[in-house]
Amino acid sequence: MTDTSHGTGGLTFDKTKRSWPNELNILFALIVIIAIFEILGQVLPYMNDQSFLFDTKDRFDSIFNEARLKIIILQVAIIGIIALGVTQVIITAGIDLSSGPLVAATAMIAMSFGQTELVNGFANPKALFGTWAMDLPVLIPVIVGLTFGAFIGAINGTFIAYMRIPPFIATLGMFLICRGIALWWSGGNPISFPTESFKWIGSGMMPVVWFLSLAAIFHLIMRYTVYGKHTYAIGSNEEAARMSGINVNRHKVTVYVIASMLAAFAGVILAAKSETAQAGMGEFYELFAIAMAVIGGISLQGGRGSIIGTVLGAMVLGVIRSGFTYVKLDGSYQLMAMGSIIIAAILFDQYRQRNRA
Amino acid sequence: MTDLVLQTTDLTKHYGGVHALEGANFEMKKGEHVAIMGDNGAGKSTFVRQITGVEQRTRGTVKFDGQEVNFSGPLEAREAGIEAVFQTLALADHLDVPDNLFLGREITKFNWLGPFRLLDYKAMREQTIDGLNKTGVKIPNIHNTIERMSGGQRQCVAIARAATFKSKLTIMDEPTAALGVQETAQVENIIRTLKTDGDSLILVSHNMRQVMDLADRIIVFRRGRICADLDIKKEDVSGEDVVSYITGAKTQPEFEDSAA
Repeated sequence: MTDTSHGTGGLTFDKTKRSWPNELNILFALIVIIAIFEILGQVLPYMNDQSFLFDTKDRFDSIFNEARLKIIILQVAIIGIIALGVTQVIITAGIDLSSGPLVAATAMIAMSFGQTELVNGFANPKALFGTWAMDLPVLIPVIVGLTFGAFIGAINGTFIAYMRIPPFIATLGMFLICRGIALWWSGGNPISFPTESFKWIGSGMMPVVWFLSLAAIFHLIMRYTVYGKHTYAIGSNEEAARMSGINVNRHKVTVYVIASMLAAFAGVILAAKSETAQAGMGEFYELFAIAMAVIGGISLQGGRGSIIGTVLGAMVLGVIRSGFTYVKLDGSYQLMAMGSIIIAAILFDQYRQRNRA
Repeated sequence: MTDLVLQTTDLTKHYGGVHALEGANFEMKKGEHVAIMGDNGAGKSTFVRQITGVEQRTRGTVKFDGQEVNFSGPLEAREAGIEAVFQTLALADHLDVPDNLFLGREITKFNWLGPFRLLDYKAMREQTIDGLNKTGVKIPNIHNTIERMSGGQRQCVAIARAATFKSKLTIMDEPTAALGVQETAQVENIIRTLKTDGDSLILVSHNMRQVMDLADRIIVFRRGRICADLDIKKEDVSGEDVVSYITGAKTQPEFEDSAA
């Protein structure tokens, strides 16, 4: 009828026309970084022909250097769990600075319900509470920890969504409050000697199992559920989300609660892995978690990014950390390299955005 | 009475001392396309905002579909069957067309999962294609995100969203103000489709040709009051007449006392 004057573009659903996913760029960057270390390993005179990635000793029937791969991912698993939550917060165009201290506070609180009564036949020297809190089933410290996290997240979310406090300020306040709680909980003393079942949560490769399982779950949630869609919509255009009937404030509170619960769970794992909880734990974790998300292509303006991106971002940081150890360069270089990569990631993202428009 | 889709009596809005809208008595029948014209600040948008619940009126009553209504927000109005396309497009830039069409009313599976219920992408995609075909909207690839679309395509998506869901009344506030010639033509085609389908429409526009083309009736606002109600399909009304009403050179006799 009226199709003549302005083209007959028609409607298509063409999977091949979908845009090049940003995750592939990060994967590519990851491979490049690994290749650089691999080459450095061959080139540097003091390296004795070691390989960064591959198994050169042929002790097992494996291609890759499994020990190194395990360490790479183990080192980023706990912060990676925080990053999964931070990713969701950043997608709503928010930020969460409180996660590092929340890790410490939760580690303290959870550990105080996860202690064992007798250490080598003697009373636990670091016992915080009386015998009633000793040798409890492992679910109790975990539930207490997650509940505390949910509570902190609810406060963050309520101040941000209903009282319109900028996320940066609200969570900066919570950053200090949580560090204070961590110190106050035991008067600054470490809490140690957990039960065997509590240790199990963080033992061996368990942090990696938690990280990858949670990453898979939240990947599916962000992609295939209403919760995920609304999270993207809010970050993309909050007013449009509101006009479309999304309860934006309630949704934001949910996002902050989930993020804080993930950080709290990271705290539980860290305490279990370290077999002790100390008030100074988790320093800079919030910043590394944000860095993982940013390297993974999560836009701080909100609306863009994915869990897969963040997992890759975490891997980038892990590879850099491990790679610098491999080429025997100390921590100062690591920090400089990580900082440069964060800035490079943002520059690349901006370049990509400009080219698209 | 029941064939009136919308009726306002003495609809009034004051912002402090500013009388943005004063005693608007307005009615429209089902299936009618009514254009609202007037100079900047004449009260057109204010009028629309009172009907859609974006703002709360100072005084007066609104009857929608035979029922007196008091919408507390645009969402309630939307649930009652009033779909509005605003000047500021309410689209999420990073989402694609089906996502935007179904934003806030997604088709879902496993609803017992609460907020984590699954999106039925396939059903939404099919309904999107149906809806766009019906309204004649052309978008090269519905899986492009909004940020990659031209202004006209965005406007079409916004209008398609209003049109896809069988609303009882669609309100468009300056739908073509920022569009080029071809894009405007496409939007106008969609509006014609709505007319053929018998949908009711309020069109706020500055474009005289467009209004003469698309509307059954023109309501002219001047300084917060209705000053003319022109049945352009029956009476012989020229563009110059409408301009005289807009500028205040003329006022219809029945509105003399109110629009003085």
